[in-house]
Amino acid sequence: MRPLEGIKVLDFSQYLAGPSATLRLADLGASVIKIERPGKGDGCRNLRVPGCEIEGESPLFCAVNRNKDGITLDLKAPENKAVIKKLIEEADVAVFSFRPGTAEKLGLSYEQVKEINPGIIYGEVSGYGNKGPWSSRPGQDLLAQCISGLPYLNGDKEDAPAPLGLSLADMFAGQHLVQGILAALIYREKSKKGSYIQVNLLESILDIQFEVFTTFLNDGHAAPVRSAVNNANAYISAPYGIYETKDGYMALAMSSIVKLGELLGCDDLLRYEDEKEWSTKRDEIKQILKEHLLKDTAGHWLSILEEADIWCAKVLNWRELFETEGFRQMEMLQDIYRNGKKVFRTTRCPIRIDGEKYCSEKPVPFMGQDNEKYLKEVQ
Amino acid sequence: MKLLEDIVVLDFSQYLAGPSCSLRLSDLGARVIKIERPGSGDGSRKMSLKNLMDGDNSILFHTINRNKESFCANLKDPEDLELIKELIKKVDVLIENFRPGVMKKNQLDYESVRQINPGLIYGSITGYGTKGPWVKKPGQDLLVQAMSGLTWLNGNGGKPPAPFCLSVVDSYAGVHLTEGILAAFFRRIRTGEGALVEVSLMESAIDMQFEGITDFLNSGGRLPVRSDYNNAHPYLGAPYGVYRTADSFIALSRGSLKDLAGYLDLPALAEFNDLEDAFEKRDLIKRMIGERLAEKKTADWIDVLEKEGYWCSEVYTWETLLNTEGFQKLEFLQELDAGKGRKICTSRCPVKVNGEAYYSAKRGPELGEDNEKIKHEFGLGKEGR
Repeated sequence: MRPLEGIKVLDFSQYLAGPSATLRLADLGASVIKIERPGKGDGCRNLRVPGCEIEGESPLFCAVNRNKDGITLDLKAPENKAVIKKLIEEADVAVFSFRPGTAEKLGLSYEQVKEINPGIIYGEVSGYGNKGPWSSRPGQDLLAQCISGLPYLNGDKEDAPAPLGLSLADMFAGQHLVQGILAALIYREKSKKGSYIQVNLLESILDIQFEVFTTFLNDGHAAPVRSAVNNANAYISAPYGIYETKDGYMALAMSSIVKLGELLGCDDLLRYEDEKEWSTKRDEIKQILKEHLLKDTAGHWLSILEEADIWCAKVLNWRELFETEGFRQMEMLQDIYRNGKKVFRTTRCPIRIDGEKYCSEKPVPFMGQDNEKYLKEVQ
Repeated sequence: MKLLEDIVVLDFSQYLAGPSCSLRLSDLGARVIKIERPGSGDGSRKMSLKNLMDGDNSILFHTINRNKESFCANLKDPEDLELIKELIKKVDVLIENFRPGVMKKNQLDYESVRQINPGLIYGSITGYGTKGPWVKKPGQDLLVQAMSGLTWLNGNGGKPPAPFCLSVVDSYAGVHLTEGILAAFFRRIRTGEGALVEVSLMESAIDMQFEGITDFLNSGGRLPVRSDYNNAHPYLGAPYGVYRTADSFIALSRGSLKDLAGYLDLPALAEFNDLEDAFEKRDLIKRMIGERLAEKKTADWIDVLEKEGYWCSEVYTWETLLNTEGFQKLEFLQELDAGKGRKICTSRCPVKVNGEAYYSAKRGPELGEDNEKIKHEFGLGKEGR
């Protein structure tokens, strides 16, 4: 039995943060109803990627919204109040990503929803919390990254501040919301009480910086300095980074510089016997290494280093990764079906329970596809 | 009362992925006991950033292990192992991140310990799962980033693959383990069953890229293309990115190019459509925008764009961020009491419950600091004597 079997989730959110949270809940066994505004629906449906369409939808939308039912409902229309009330009465969890103030206007704030269903777990993701001067700012991943200081850690020293190449503020906020919702479900079993769980993009993207942000806070606010050579983490010593070789790239994690010098036949590294210099002369050391590693192939270097238990790896792209035996044995991909016909391929839930991989064939909802199932009897 | 009060967690893991999971559990109210080996304990005790230490322990260790207890035990010593087994009988959750096989050698693998505690939720993090050719590979964040394709999403096109600047895979795997543990615990309340919950860094890194991989799998194997200029997200078109202005930087989110043409007084932009052009001519369009934005200061552009409701932002350093009212109102920082008047400043849990943020002033534990208390409280070492 999947752990969340029998749990009913209403998802009023859109784009990535909220819907990625309800995707995880769905994969863990909950049944999720996605509620969209008639006409436009979830804004993510319009995040088109030219050259890839799945059943007429964006691949981004499909990745995030599989394994859900879908209804369309005008939340402003007075005639829909009764049906919204009934849905809320029957739900265990509801997820929202409205801008602050909107929920109240729709009668969907926690206080209002709690009146209808006191045991409900109310999950809310916002950009920057719902008090203070930023509460009405647009909660969007790139903007949250930029406000959080993160781009000054990413890229090389001389580069402009560089955002991360994925929407990690959205994704971490979504998963932090899942953590809160699951903890609240546990609490409800014991106390019979519902809970109001809030996360925001800014705090979530700061949370993943907590190691280096805390260093900054306790180091007289000294600004982070990215490596000028192959930066991988502004706070970690040489050789940490990705290096070009004669035929592609390789990654080197923490390691003794002297030992590396010996193994790679790079005499210029042997003089860095003082470990402190691996940090104070980080860029100088990495530059020597960078030039040296260009002299031979990744396979050559890796065979020497792996033998000596040095932490290293070849840099792969998805095509190369998917051809490896290691990846194949992970069985991380799954096919999605509609009416017995395969409609697309995607990744599965990354959590295994009792050795079972949690796959689910259920497709993405078309706009309003389940209106009849959920709305008919009330209207 | 916090959500996870009364739940007891034994955490055998070290460094970041596992301990970040138990940190979240502890912030949500669970009691977390770190099980550490004599002598060195958790490897992160000695791992300092910028040489920041507090006594024998790094500030980094306190950051990840605040609000936890420490029980020091030598798993190779039969007496200590017996104590640990007694303890396992009395707890709800166990977390470990040893390389596959190590826990089994100590008879602490799931199959063994479920015999003594059938309701136990056993959470395990590996680098690459428990079978296959990668089992013995070191499970380290940067290496998994490199192998998972992640580094081809970050940085500008035409440049080498660029790692994400943080241990994002460790963090994500820790989050996934927390989710699995909580979901399994919820099931246990309903059914009484324990569970084995497994995550791996590689599967978490793949999950992190689920949108792009879905494009790859359904487009005939099209690999991601990073923008050559101000790359921000390979699957979003122009103008998405961070731009240089006359005095600093500005971030522009998605939006109509026609509208932007008006706001920036850059009529040539209006020639491009928001779908194909915004992608296929992404670099050309972004360079045009970049040249225009470089002519004025960030504040001037923000004035213009915010008035129009266009999504944009300054690019703050941490120092600037700390001085904003918006950040201060979040009350996101907390101080740990390190004793003798010393304080460690760090951030708090990002999950709020019933409007309340959870704080805890408890620093990371000294190695074995809680041995006596725990032995007494759980009545350990009394059996068989």
